[in-house]
Amino acid sequence: MRTNRLAVVAAAALAAALAAGCSGGSGESAAPTASGGAAAGPVTLTYWTWVPNMDKIAAAWNRSHPDIQVTVSKQAGGDDAAAKFLTAAKAGNPPDLVQAEYQMLPSFVAADAVADIKAETAQVKGEFGDGVWGLVTLGTDAVYAVPQDSGPMMLYYRRDLFEKYGIEVPKTWDEYAQAARTVHRKDPKVFLGTFSSKDPGWFAGLAQQAGAQWWSIDGDAWKVAVDDDATTKVANYWGGLVKEGVIDGMPYFTPEWNKALNDGTLLTWPSAVWGPGVLSSNAPKAKGKWAVAPLPQWNAGENHSGFWGGSSTAVAAKSPHKAAAVKFATWLNTDPQALDLLIKEGSVYPASTKGAALLTEAPEYFSGQPDFWRQAAAIGATARGFTFGPDVNVTYNAYKDAFDKAVAARSDFAAAVRTMQDTTVADMQKSGFTLAK
Amino acid sequence: MAATTLTRPASHVRAGARGPLGLVPTGVLVLGAVYTLFPVSWVLVAATKSKAELFSTPTFAPGTGLLSNLSDLFAYRDGVFWLWLLNTALYAGGGAVLSTAVSCVSGYALATYRFPGRNLIFNLLIGGILVPAVVLAIPQYLLFSKAGLAGTYWSVLLPNVLHPYSIYLARIYAQAAIPGSLLEAGRLDGAGELRLFRRVALPMLTPGLVTIFLFQFVAIWNNFLLPFIMLGDDHRFPLTVGLYTLLAAGANQPSLYNLIITGTMLSLIPLIALFLTMQRYWRTDLSSGSVKS
Repeated sequence: MRTNRLAVVAAAALAAALAAGCSGGSGESAAPTASGGAAAGPVTLTYWTWVPNMDKIAAAWNRSHPDIQVTVSKQAGGDDAAAKFLTAAKAGNPPDLVQAEYQMLPSFVAADAVADIKAETAQVKGEFGDGVWGLVTLGTDAVYAVPQDSGPMMLYYRRDLFEKYGIEVPKTWDEYAQAARTVHRKDPKVFLGTFSSKDPGWFAGLAQQAGAQWWSIDGDAWKVAVDDDATTKVANYWGGLVKEGVIDGMPYFTPEWNKALNDGTLLTWPSAVWGPGVLSSNAPKAKGKWAVAPLPQWNAGENHSGFWGGSSTAVAAKSPHKAAAVKFATWLNTDPQALDLLIKEGSVYPASTKGAALLTEAPEYFSGQPDFWRQAAAIGATARGFTFGPDVNVTYNAYKDAFDKAVAARSDFAAAVRTMQDTTVADMQKSGFTLAK
Repeated sequence: MAATTLTRPASHVRAGARGPLGLVPTGVLVLGAVYTLFPVSWVLVAATKSKAELFSTPTFAPGTGLLSNLSDLFAYRDGVFWLWLLNTALYAGGGAVLSTAVSCVSGYALATYRFPGRNLIFNLLIGGILVPAVVLAIPQYLLFSKAGLAGTYWSVLLPNVLHPYSIYLARIYAQAAIPGSLLEAGRLDGAGELRLFRRVALPMLTPGLVTIFLFQFVAIWNNFLLPFIMLGDDHRFPLTVGLYTLLAAGANQPSLYNLIITGTMLSLIPLIALFLTMQRYWRTDLSSGSVKS
């Protein structure tokens, strides 16, 4: 089993890097979750997640499964949640279940923090598309999580302002560049889009669309190609537009970005399927004015998209109730009742194909586009991802540092991509991973 | 600037009249005050804005959404805000009381008794001041995990009890405020050490203890990393960590800026109230300290 050997090497290396100086030996410390774990009474599981209203969804499960009770603990999302889970796993008292973003899952696997649940999930594999399933197997024989939500990317645009400035919805990135120039010429205060140096996940999605493969596993070794041709092409494209001054350089999710969305000085946002929630909250005044289209393509006639975000439900390797935890994880992400609740209560775009089909009524914010979910499903089918590596956070931080500078100086974006590659490779070598040349 | 000078008492006016240079310290302080109060005033104004107004109206234009923000915040997840507020009060109040007690006893002992190893202990404490609490959070988490205490209320309370800087303050204050001759006189009158401490030293130490209490209370109230790492159950979160879960709400759910800002504003109120009520002691402390030393 080559994957097992790989996992062992990776785990040893990462554990050493993570916790230089802190002694291991967490065997005797009882996990807090074990308290109700006697064979007689019901099994109690803890679940760390940041999906809104997950406690209500778990309550539905608890009602119908008196023998397995799930306690939801709502956490802060994102990178911090991953760091917190890794620390808890290292200390020997992780929650039984954890929400794992796809890009963070490999680092959980490398730290031996999540269990291989291949045997228990064999019958639900068919519920998910191959692209999404690949994100939880990391291209190996194992299965490390059950996919929960996914984020196929599409182009959000202001339909009313497109008419005002007389531009068509761009079908290719060339047309997008032309439109950017047109808009900016007509009103120098207005930009077609902005390049965010704070959102590596967004850039990774665009690179995926272009066909990038940042990591791959080759025998016992990792292959790292953050600066492959596809990624360099994407970087040069945006770098050129930023240098020209026709694309803005302000990051997403900042107050100034919200302001630009509200006052109509920003016309598009290449984003993921979860965009409506963000737009309706951050730009409430523009309700009904936004529409979606497929991402512009690199070559006319092509049909590709990438993923931005998305997460899965993983089971902690140290959980004393793995079988029960997997039962809940599969119910949560494949059972029709759970999927319905995930959509309605959790505002989740389910990764399961059955779940995506449950979405029919367009989000209120997109009242002008009744076929929103049909569009989304069609686009989702064209999205392609790639295998993430075990130190994505290092790569992502390198993205933020390098592109911050590149955007501010309007310098070479391809150089920033090379910085990402070098930083990633250096970190993986330092952590003891074997790298293929 | 002229207006501030005019309202000053006579002695200060004279100081200001020394020439243009006399205004420099005032100017620097005013700048400092603006620098620190500006974000607070922003929070106050922003808390009145509704979702639609927050990013679209001018920064300091008051909005109309204060009441709806408040009711949204209190309704959020069945009023979990109040639970977080209670938790914070427990951590800050309990932690500060315990820490003040420990600091008081150890500071008094270090100041008034001569025993072997006294300087070693004191130097170790000084060294402890140099280690930021942030650095200790993860080792403390691993320790508490071994003891099976991680995730409990104690895991946030206990690390705050021993606070080197507070002990240092208590020792300095006890040295300055309690004359050795007074304790000697008490001993001659036949008072035991415990009685001396309770009846003679403690009343004299009170202003210093209030200072320590306030320092610790504010520090724990604002602490983020320790509870963030220690606590898994969101029903034990303090406000800082709780509000953070609203900010980092994940990709498919936007950050609830309105609720965060309103919650931040509300969390300021107890601190301000505490300072106003304790100010009396604080002032005594500052003046007595200046006279004694």
